[in-house]
Amino acid sequence: MTTASASMSATATPQRKRKLYGLMAEFATPAEVLHAAKRVRAEGYRWWDCFVPFPVHGLDKAMGVKPTILPILVFGCGLTGTIVAVLLQWFTNGTSFEFWALVPVIGYDFMISGKPASSIPAWIPVVFELTVLLASVGCFLLVLLLNGLPRFYHPVFRVPSFARATDDRFFLLIEARDPQFYRDKTETLLRSLNPIALEEVQD
Amino acid sequence: MSTIVIDNTFEDPTRRAPLVLNHHDFGSVTDEVCWVNESPKPPLAWYITFVISLSLLGMLGGLIMYLFATGVGVWGNQNPVMWGFPIVNFVFWVGIGHAGTLISAILFLFRQKWRTAINRFAEAMTIFAVMCAGLFPGIHVGRVWFAYWLFPIPNQMNMWPQFRSPLLWDVFAVGTYATVSVLFWYLGMVPDLATLRDRSKTKLRAILYGIFSLGWRGSMRHWHRYERGYLLLAALATPLVLSVHSVVSFDFAVAQLPGWHTTIFPPYFVAGAIFSGFAMVMTLAIPARQIWGLKNFITMRHLENMNKIILLTGSMVGYAYSTEFFVAWYSGAMYESFAFVNRAFGQHWWAYWIMVSCNVLTPQVFWFKAARRSIPIMFIACLLVNVGMWFERFVIVISLEQDFLPSSWAYYKPTWVDIGMLVGSFGLFMTMFMLFIRFLPVIAIAEVKAIMPEANPHRGHDHHDDDSDHATMEARS
Repeated sequence: MTTASASMSATATPQRKRKLYGLMAEFATPAEVLHAAKRVRAEGYRWWDCFVPFPVHGLDKAMGVKPTILPILVFGCGLTGTIVAVLLQWFTNGTSFEFWALVPVIGYDFMISGKPASSIPAWIPVVFELTVLLASVGCFLLVLLLNGLPRFYHPVFRVPSFARATDDRFFLLIEARDPQFYRDKTETLLRSLNPIALEEVQD
Repeated sequence: MSTIVIDNTFEDPTRRAPLVLNHHDFGSVTDEVCWVNESPKPPLAWYITFVISLSLLGMLGGLIMYLFATGVGVWGNQNPVMWGFPIVNFVFWVGIGHAGTLISAILFLFRQKWRTAINRFAEAMTIFAVMCAGLFPGIHVGRVWFAYWLFPIPNQMNMWPQFRSPLLWDVFAVGTYATVSVLFWYLGMVPDLATLRDRSKTKLRAILYGIFSLGWRGSMRHWHRYERGYLLLAALATPLVLSVHSVVSFDFAVAQLPGWHTTIFPPYFVAGAIFSGFAMVMTLAIPARQIWGLKNFITMRHLENMNKIILLTGSMVGYAYSTEFFVAWYSGAMYESFAFVNRAFGQHWWAYWIMVSCNVLTPQVFWFKAARRSIPIMFIACLLVNVGMWFERFVIVISLEQDFLPSSWAYYKPTWVDIGMLVGSFGLFMTMFMLFIRFLPVIAIAEVKAIMPEANPHRGHDHHDDDSDHATMEARS
């Protein structure tokens, strides 16, 4: 809590000519940011976000974050894995036709220990593993893709105190592109929420 | 930071035990965990362990070169024990890996919040153990330059892998397990890497942690999807962890050999894997929490919980041993009975009794609360469990030495290369682990913060009272 009010003056210092990206308020506790988020949402803002060191319980609901489509997409990935595994094993061990997939490939239906060429029970482990594999890889990539990551530059990183967003501070940013955004009105709103600091974010 | 010490090992259902001790705010959590990575020099114990591990890793590398240059004849694998040490080590290391995913996925789904202090640790351990495991079948294939034949890749011979074989299921099971474990571990680590990035004092650290944290900025909209994705990965990893050792056990159980061809193998292998994995987590966590002062996170309650799991899974393993014997007798199958009697009283009787005493008898000390809370007792017990679980796999594999044909009976003897590679695999494991401890966040910082009483936004603004009050407040609310 040592730098509590040190950055209040940042708004006054003249910066290089940059476009205003938004206004960011800094809070010390999850309760304050939750309260602030409820207020900001009630005021009708749409382009705004909170930056918190850990997922604050109930904050996504208070912000009105819509449920993510992620589970449905992951289900699709898993289903793809199931189908790929069945087709792969059926083609490689159960058929003998040839087709062209980048290189010519041909099925190889050889008999082993008296098992049928298409022995479905013996395929189950690989079907299961490929389902899990594709669903997991898909889940990981989709979390990043839907979040727009990796993105190494973002205007909020220009604010020095933002380093504590991954430590112990809770930030709320209202972006300038929001139709409700007016420099003074928005600043008044954020100040009324008693932040420990208020920063201008430059693009 | 205050110096209030709270005993969180009480068993009072009306009070919730605090999971983090001696902490008043999120900042001190960050500072204390990041200190492991940010201190100018690691402790002397780190250097000593690292140098020893690196030497053993070098030895492993040398032995692998020797193996490649000479052939698998440098091992003691002989008819009728064709698999020998490599498969013993493979099953041992895969088993070690299971605790990581159990802690990170299954305990997550069960909302066991105490997992947060140890999950990063255990997941890292999983990945390094699976690396060691993957090594052995990889170098066991004989002509390693054809190891890609394991995968369904179109080739000039128009040949495909044989999907009806459990050995190929293993390739998919272990490959999937390794991939999913790495993804789960890394996804969980991204926010903590961002923490390290934002605290970095040097340009190099900022760039490297910056790259690996993918530009994470803690946006709540991101957290929302991230939490959902993490939950999905946990849900996918849970059946996976149970499947992996089941598939490994199929390597044995599908073979029509006495002592191997039993339906009890999948559950028995999974219980054994979790058992050995927890023992290995303890073996690593106990010294680490002492050396880096992480006792506020990995508290006595955590250790006690893990000891309880070791007691449970150890007893399950013991039950499986007795069931095996019962079934061998009850089946009336001559070869089956012979295989089991031979395990206990045959030429490798000592291996069997090491296994039973380490795996079944040792964990029974954890019935006593004093033993569950005594660092020396639990450390020794966990070391013995590690030894015992290695011998369990040894006993299973070696039981082939007296097969159906007395004319092919033999006495399996490992060569110095076998033993050197087993020791060397510990070098690989510990080298990776030491690098992990030094350069990556060893405790899931964001997750630990989220389970602190202060993280509850409905607690209001009184975030300066002490932890014992939190406990009672939590219980009331």
